[in-house]
Amino acid sequence: MKLLAAMSGGVDSAVAAARAVDAGHDVTGVHLALSPSPAAARQGARGCCTLEDARDARRAADVLGIPFYVWDMHERFGADVVDDFVAEYAAGRTPNPCLRCNEKIKFAAVLDRAVALGFDAVVTGHHARLSGGVLRRSVDPAKDQSYVLAVLSAAQLSRAVFPLGDSTKDDVRREAASRGLAVAAKPDSHDVCFIADGDTRGFLARRLGEAPGDIVDAESGEVLGRHEGTFGFTIGQRRGLRLSRPAAGGQPRYVLSISPVSNTVTVGRAGLLDVHTVHAGVPLWPSGRPALPFRGTAQLRAHGALSPATARLEAGSLVVELAEPQRGIAAGQAVVLYDDDRVIGSATVRSTRSVVPA
Amino acid sequence: MHRSTLGGVTAAAYLDHAATTPMLPSAVRAMSEQLIRVGNPSSLHAAGRESRRVVEEAREAIADVLGARPSEVVFTSGGTESDNLAVKGLFWARRDADLRRRRIIASTIEHHAVLDSLEWLRKQEDAEVTYLPVDHLGRVHPRELRAAIAEAPEDVALVTIMWANNEVGTVQPIAELAAVAHENAIPLHTDAVQAVGAVPVDFAASRVDALTVTGHKLGGPVGVGALLLGRDVACTPVLHGGGQERDVRSGTLDAPAIAAFAVAVTETVRDRAERVRRLAGLRDELVRGVLDRVPDAVFNGDPGDGLVGGGPSRLPGNAHLSFPGCEGDALLMLLDARGVECSTGSACSAGVSQPSHVLMAMGASVDRARGSLRFSLGHTSTAADVEQLLSAIGPVVERARMAGARR
Repeated sequence: MKLLAAMSGGVDSAVAAARAVDAGHDVTGVHLALSPSPAAARQGARGCCTLEDARDARRAADVLGIPFYVWDMHERFGADVVDDFVAEYAAGRTPNPCLRCNEKIKFAAVLDRAVALGFDAVVTGHHARLSGGVLRRSVDPAKDQSYVLAVLSAAQLSRAVFPLGDSTKDDVRREAASRGLAVAAKPDSHDVCFIADGDTRGFLARRLGEAPGDIVDAESGEVLGRHEGTFGFTIGQRRGLRLSRPAAGGQPRYVLSISPVSNTVTVGRAGLLDVHTVHAGVPLWPSGRPALPFRGTAQLRAHGALSPATARLEAGSLVVELAEPQRGIAAGQAVVLYDDDRVIGSATVRSTRSVVPA
Repeated sequence: MHRSTLGGVTAAAYLDHAATTPMLPSAVRAMSEQLIRVGNPSSLHAAGRESRRVVEEAREAIADVLGARPSEVVFTSGGTESDNLAVKGLFWARRDADLRRRRIIASTIEHHAVLDSLEWLRKQEDAEVTYLPVDHLGRVHPRELRAAIAEAPEDVALVTIMWANNEVGTVQPIAELAAVAHENAIPLHTDAVQAVGAVPVDFAASRVDALTVTGHKLGGPVGVGALLLGRDVACTPVLHGGGQERDVRSGTLDAPAIAAFAVAVTETVRDRAERVRRLAGLRDELVRGVLDRVPDAVFNGDPGDGLVGGGPSRLPGNAHLSFPGCEGDALLMLLDARGVECSTGSACSAGVSQPSHVLMAMGASVDRARGSLRFSLGHTSTAADVEQLLSAIGPVVERARMAGARR
């Protein structure tokens, strides 16, 4: 096949491209420039798409002996990922930009362009297994990325190649070293790639401006403090609330809900965070709709928040009952359904319900 | 897809000579001979004197073919350094002699080595820059320069206008522009990196005050060039140190590179007429062939059938074309995969390509600017190179159109 390898400059995508070459494919490497003004160097594990990353990707392509180009995707990324991220926070939701990037950039804008230019598929260094149109978890549970790929449609998956799903991250690093790839020991990237300093609240404040409002107790309705903008909060957050007085009994208080319309942040005790029911949007079934109600596992965050669950449809929308209540589930995140290690479906969380009304 | 290499030469159609062109065998020989020798041209012993002799002979040879005096040849590390030295050095010297002179007049289509120097002076040195427009062919008109000077002649530190544009190949009427600048005793610098060897360049006859030339665009090595600087033109140094070059430029003289540079300049200028005839013929074939296969492609810049300063009105080896509905990046990649090597001509430091400021200045839309390619021919170009492009361009454009133009 003629494959386009998306090369971030990290170890995973370098080894993925190498494996595609070994498998006999005709591989071309592409680094995506996602920032209009890339920084010169990385800051630890944060950020991406710096000139240093582009160079690392180029050097990996050199070692593999494949052609290499930089594709400028900063406009699409800015509109579909960064602006979306800001808009979601402004609406009181908690988006997952990695998931959005896979959905809109890597397996949409990049894939479409690749196909138009004569490529058969896009190969990436995601840790997930894909065969016969079925997406499964990586054998390395700590590095599994099937959650952020679960938003891909069957059509998108049919043009994706993930060569790393059968390997642990340690294996990948060892292989990179043995192949002479300089990125073998490069730190994993974490956090939101386009917020290089890691200060999400500061980033949002710059984009959205400050909008002070009240922090309200869920049970008494009492105003406990002030905030500088609802976007600075995430469901389940405990730190940085700066409340005027402690709760009765000294229990810690958590963000339970965020309402940009009334510009309030509601807080309360931990028990109120427990979510039993998740109301989500129209689901995507990448390998066909399962028999409903579906019994399996639901995952509500990129890492963790797993529970045995039962899923059904209500007026076309997904409703998931969690057997084990989960904390800190926010609208805007994805709920992904698994049958053992197989991805069955996904949908965006719209609202959650606890046993005790929040 | 992977090209075979025969004897170290790729079997590709290399159509990017304006980026860099292969070294002439004679220049390689001259450089090799010097590389195995020792001697700092500034040393006083026999080995040093021998190196100095190589440098001075090179200086005389370059001065001779470019119409300058030997003392007017200031060796540098290449085009970027020469441009920086001329723009900053002339600005500082002229401003320090008269503090009113803070204004620089430049064309909008200069190379980034000039443009970024101007922007740096604007930010760091409180300089003011007046940009001259170009017409749809990419040409600066002397009347525009006269008008810009007339706004406040006493403010002007210098004028800098390139001799021939690196992207679209338009040749500027440099002697006329210099004459206009001199009406008010203002010095003019010209970046002649693309012009030397392609059009007649005579430093004295053109009356310019400073002229940038570099080695690797005309068959010499990368990393060496010169600023031709009139004897009476004051220029403040950028690099400080041993003062090797007229106290205007410091740094140990690179005798091997300078020797090769001189051989390349001499040979390229000597063989100019014949080579230019051949390259213009190939260029016309290339353009005609592309337009035959892609009827809506647009040939940008001067048609090349006129005369400017006694030479061709367009660089003979330059063909710059826009392909509506395509992205230049996609075209480049698809051609590369078919063994045709060219350039989008746009500044691209981090992979985030900007639409060409040259095409934009000529009135092109962003889409047209982004959907453009530069094919540039040089001394090793053959009809087979053009043929290889012509056999690829039709399907490549069709393919790139499917990928579409960027919104």
